[in-house]
Amino acid sequence: MGIEQKLGNMGIVTARLEDVVNWSRTNSMWPMLFGLACCAIEMMSAQAANYDMSRFGMELMRASPRQSDLMIVAGRVSRKMAPVVRQLYDQMPDPKWVIAMGDCASCGGVFNNYAIVQGVDEVVPVDVYVAGCPPRPEGLIHGIVTLHEKVRKEKLTQRS
Amino acid sequence: MTDIREVSVDELRHLVSERVLTGETMLLNMGPQHPSTHGVLRLLMELDGEIIVNCIPDIGFLHTGVEKNMEAKTYQKAEVMTDRLDYLNPIGNNLAYCLAVEKLLDLDVPPRAQTVRVLLAELQRISSHLIWLGTSALDLAAMSVFLYGMREREVILDIFEMCSGQRMMTTYVRPGGLWRDVPVEFEGAVRNFLALMPRRLDEYEALLTKNELFLERTQGIGVISAQDCLRWGLTGPVLRGSGVPFDVRKARPYSGYEQFEFDVPTQTAGDIYARYLVRVQEMRESLKIIEQAINRLPYGPVRSNNRKFVPPPRSELGVSMEALIHHFKLWTEGFSAPKGAVYAATESPRGELGVYLESDGGPKPYRVHFNTPTFANLQALPLMTRGRFVADAVGVIGSIDIVLGDADR
Ligand code: SF4
Repeated sequence: MGIEQKLGNMGIVTARLEDVVNWSRTNSMWPMLFGLACCAIEMMSAQAANYDMSRFGMELMRASPRQSDLMIVAGRVSRKMAPVVRQLYDQMPDPKWVIAMGDCASCGGVFNNYAIVQGVDEVVPVDVYVAGCPPRPEGLIHGIVTLHEKVRKEKLTQRS
Repeated sequence: MTDIREVSVDELRHLVSERVLTGETMLLNMGPQHPSTHGVLRLLMELDGEIIVNCIPDIGFLHTGVEKNMEAKTYQKAEVMTDRLDYLNPIGNNLAYCLAVEKLLDLDVPPRAQTVRVLLAELQRISSHLIWLGTSALDLAAMSVFLYGMREREVILDIFEMCSGQRMMTTYVRPGGLWRDVPVEFEGAVRNFLALMPRRLDEYEALLTKNELFLERTQGIGVISAQDCLRWGLTGPVLRGSGVPFDVRKARPYSGYEQFEFDVPTQTAGDIYARYLVRVQEMRESLKIIEQAINRLPYGPVRSNNRKFVPPPRSELGVSMEALIHHFKLWTEGFSAPKGAVYAATESPRGELGVYLESDGGPKPYRVHFNTPTFANLQALPLMTRGRFVADAVGVIGSIDIVLGDADR
């Protein structure tokens, strides 16, 4: 505060580096274009005109994991798919975040059986869980905003 | 979690030609994470430069064990699983399953419920085709159609939500009728949609039907002959795009489809463009059916009165001991179905969706099997893409309108 008052209105804003980095991370977070099942359809709705995820700087879905920051696991993960999900996660550059969208990705949902991984957190670390089968697009957007809040509080020193 | 296993070319020897082994052609993996495989389809392609020599689909990445899971649930509770098979057609799946259960139990369905079922199934068909239109046009680089299609889909989903409280997985159609009657706003919402949709369909057609770029990517590509379609057991718009006017709604009418007037659109070219035209025309036909249905929606109950299989209305529970007993019995142990096996088929947006149900006399199905259209239609992919460019494969996949939940179950 002090330095700003002394300098007067010179068009300079002072802030902590951490805040600026986190602010830029939240406002241009690129999700990976990667749908698994029913929830992916609602993820598509969230991007279309009615819900419009680009209001949060997330309109650009990247088809390649190497260009994305956020993995939205939209749908059930089968045992055959699980290694692929892990591989995709490993291919993403740091910093990276994961949202488990829907009950299936969060905990197995209605499918408590031999074929479905009971929650994608068995395979990749999850930051935000979004409940619902499928979650409404508003639900997903809420999850994303929650993730943004989390990212804003991150410490630079915590990530290697 | 299983480890990732490296596969050597030797193990694939039975699938690919000898030229791969000498290095003359190349193997390319596409998927399971690929934006234009519409889910988690994996394709193994053998390429000679840009030309596809062979294209082998690898499915099962979305295997959910639905059929096995249903065996552990009572007939009513197993129904929620059916929504999640072909997730673009939940109401149609419910309908197919309920038709099978009703056939097994010999259960009556009141006329009002039948008409609402038809109406909702057709709305679902339009919403499914809208997703198909949006995503397959997106694959061919037409972005705006996707945004327009999703906009109209929201109108349909609002109607579902006002009926059932859920946008997608409604479980609204139940054995013996519907979960509850449609709300009062229903008719207005459907009429509103009917007034809006024809204009919007014209809009999509204006964007695509005569679009030079779209024609270039679709005409004469992914051709399949009527004979091949029949040989491979393909159904739905793929079959009709090759000139065979087969539609389960006409061939074996169910749920009162025989009372509705509609045409079965066909094309003869058998290419991507033909399938596009068939689907767009189908949406117009669906609108016709919806209009007839809303005009003659009969009044009356929406659930069968057979208390052995269908729970009594909530209002009776406070006054009738018998109703309370039925309710309790139905929701704790379910009903026992007579021994036997049935097959019920419906026309899903993708083709013939059949449900095979076997009962051993208990309250749970002994075996449930879904005969799904995507599974059959996907088999034709190698046939349609052989000798074409890699970029054409993307269009062909879109034109088959695959839903992996439907193929893998
Ligand atoms: S949570 Fe529900 S909607 Fe989402 S993938 Fe699972 S079954 Fe489908």
